[in-house]
Amino acid sequence: MSDYLIRGVQLPSGVSADLALKDGVFVSPKDLTGSDTITIDAEGLVALPGLVDLHTHLRQPGMEQAETILSGSQSAALGGYTAVHAMANTNPVADNAGITDAVARMGVEAGYVTVRPVGAVTRGLAGEELAAMSSMARGAGAVRVFSDDGKCVADSLVMRRALEHASALGAVIAQHAQDPRLTLDAQMNEGALSAKLGLQGWPSVAEESIIARDVLLAEYVGARLHICHLSTAGSIEVIEWAKKRGILVTAEVTPHHLLLTEDLVESYNPLFKVNPPLRRREDTMALRDAVARGVIDIVATDHAPHPSESKDCAFGEAAFGMVGLEMALPVVIETLVKPGLLSWEDVARVMSSTPATIGSLSGYDKPLIVGEPAHLTLVDATTPAVAPRGSFSRNDPYPQGTLPGRVMHTFHGGVMTVHNGELVASEDLLRGPSA
Amino acid sequence: MKHLLGTEGLAKVDAIRLLDLAEEFSAVATRQVPKLPTLRGVTMVNLFFEDSTRTRLSFEAAAKRLSADVMTFQAQGSSVSKGESLKDTAQTLEAMGADVIVIRHPASGAAVRLAESGWVQSSIINAGDGTHEHPTQALLDAATLRRRFRTDPRGEDLTGLSVVIVGDIAHSRVARSNVFLLATMGASVTLVGPAELMPRGVEMWPVTVTHNFDEALEAKPDAVMMLRVQYERIRGEYVPSASEYVRDFCLTTSRAARLPERSIVMHPGPMNRGVEIASEVADSPRSVVLEQVTNGVSVRMATLFDLRGEKA
Repeated sequence: MSDYLIRGVQLPSGVSADLALKDGVFVSPKDLTGSDTITIDAEGLVALPGLVDLHTHLRQPGMEQAETILSGSQSAALGGYTAVHAMANTNPVADNAGITDAVARMGVEAGYVTVRPVGAVTRGLAGEELAAMSSMARGAGAVRVFSDDGKCVADSLVMRRALEHASALGAVIAQHAQDPRLTLDAQMNEGALSAKLGLQGWPSVAEESIIARDVLLAEYVGARLHICHLSTAGSIEVIEWAKKRGILVTAEVTPHHLLLTEDLVESYNPLFKVNPPLRRREDTMALRDAVARGVIDIVATDHAPHPSESKDCAFGEAAFGMVGLEMALPVVIETLVKPGLLSWEDVARVMSSTPATIGSLSGYDKPLIVGEPAHLTLVDATTPAVAPRGSFSRNDPYPQGTLPGRVMHTFHGGVMTVHNGELVASEDLLRGPSA
Repeated sequence: MKHLLGTEGLAKVDAIRLLDLAEEFSAVATRQVPKLPTLRGVTMVNLFFEDSTRTRLSFEAAAKRLSADVMTFQAQGSSVSKGESLKDTAQTLEAMGADVIVIRHPASGAAVRLAESGWVQSSIINAGDGTHEHPTQALLDAATLRRRFRTDPRGEDLTGLSVVIVGDIAHSRVARSNVFLLATMGASVTLVGPAELMPRGVEMWPVTVTHNFDEALEAKPDAVMMLRVQYERIRGEYVPSASEYVRDFCLTTSRAARLPERSIVMHPGPMNRGVEIASEVADSPRSVVLEQVTNGVSVRMATLFDLRGEKA
């Protein structure tokens, strides 16, 4: 493993400094004595702690034509991530330690990011019987986040039991808040536009009512609760109320809900079909504000790769979801940093340290500090982002060249995974680029 | 025009041109040989992913009267059940020589998608997409209204006319296309139906909404358009029962009797007699259901001609 000296980088606090990486941790620059130190001129770049995604679909096992743990890890690295949480809705479902352990192992083999398996809450995501949560938590995958994401844990009693069970394991339930009965055949946000387009509506109340129920359940049983991809202004009010009451709830927003709005669906282009759906402009602005005020704790990608045939069809026949790992940071820069809603320290919090805390992932609580794991992202915040390249899938909804922020270098535990904006090849990971 | 995808956004001048063309073509039907050579060499494909014998036959009749060749693709028992996609099916039919694709599809926006995806180069006519639009139905309704209420329909719009549309507005493509076109043409529209069958956001439409059919009839509308009720929607989830629906929203003989002499009764067909419309009303002189069917052929001839006429 090479040593690295990062010169003249702007820290999240705004001050310029040199960073030194040796043996997987940050060290003092004066401790770099070896002759094989690689120096990176980072003037004009911003240093962020390695990003942590709490909500990633890596599709393996079962849907390797859309993504694999390797391709998803590479996409993550290109996006500046050093850890991802792989959602459980694979085929077979990650509802037992056999799968979650295998996902963690394949993540290590891929070598680009820390892959943390998310376990299913219920067997087969069916919403009926609890999955083997304890064995998943105690297995090699060390699962600390459980989610039926893609499906809501709709049954109140099952949700109560899941919260109790997870609480005893020191884990969190990440709820996909969607009342299934209120969203039968739902295709897009319900409102004037869905009425005009003749697409079945996904009403905001279907999200808000589940969040309201679940914060009350979490309070009642004293458990931690995380809300996935919060998408409406009304949901923010519920979360704000719950937090004021001292309920242990956290919430995430996706990059696409921060930037894109429902009017894109007017084209009937399935690229803009996502669950929860793109909402109104008012919701988008309220979500940005909620991140700025800390009501929403984190930005998580909900990276959802799909093969092209799943989008090359009529809107109603298309799959839900968009890729997000490589554009998340650019969207955050565009929607939150540029307007002055977040500082770089805030970005580090909502994209790295807090998601790590929610996921009980160690190594991210004292970012960029000597002695801590060298998870580091260097971003050029003024250069336009390039279109996603790492993912197998091309369901990227953002117009090219319009968003600022190019990840130039990524280090995962001192291993350089992205160099000068390009992925480091698998075989070069441990060797590092030639000095 | 290159495509006819919907009436939303259809300019008034285009609508009137299509309706005037339809007037010209309606004369063809009464000729000894009801056929024009206009679209000789043009191939129209009926691409139907949903059953609809009436609409399909109407397009077929229109194409044949203009001497176009017709191919029909009907999804039942076809390759669609084997998983062939809209894209593949459309491309296959175009490779067989299609110039115009008439598409009926259960997914809203399927026609727009076909026209804008770049999959095919053909002209696209939307013959009904999910719960979105059915523009030729609205055009034939407008043609019917114009013929009934204007001495010389040519060049005329529908200013001053009042139309009541009754039924499951939320799930009706006929209602959407009519709302947009009637507004463009200057008619005033009242929508009637149970609250749960009104789309959320309907308040943004250029219409008046009421849940009281009798109240809407008191305003003495020029036309009452009854929509077909889907049986699965009047069993529990939306409307408590068929009998409740009939009581509140069926055009019964007593309701029809309260209409002024001039008022007409319209229905896009096929009718559920005894559910949304009483048999006696459907068969009464004020019913223009068969005129609508006849005008449907002329309007579809006009559409085909407008899209392909100069290129034939």
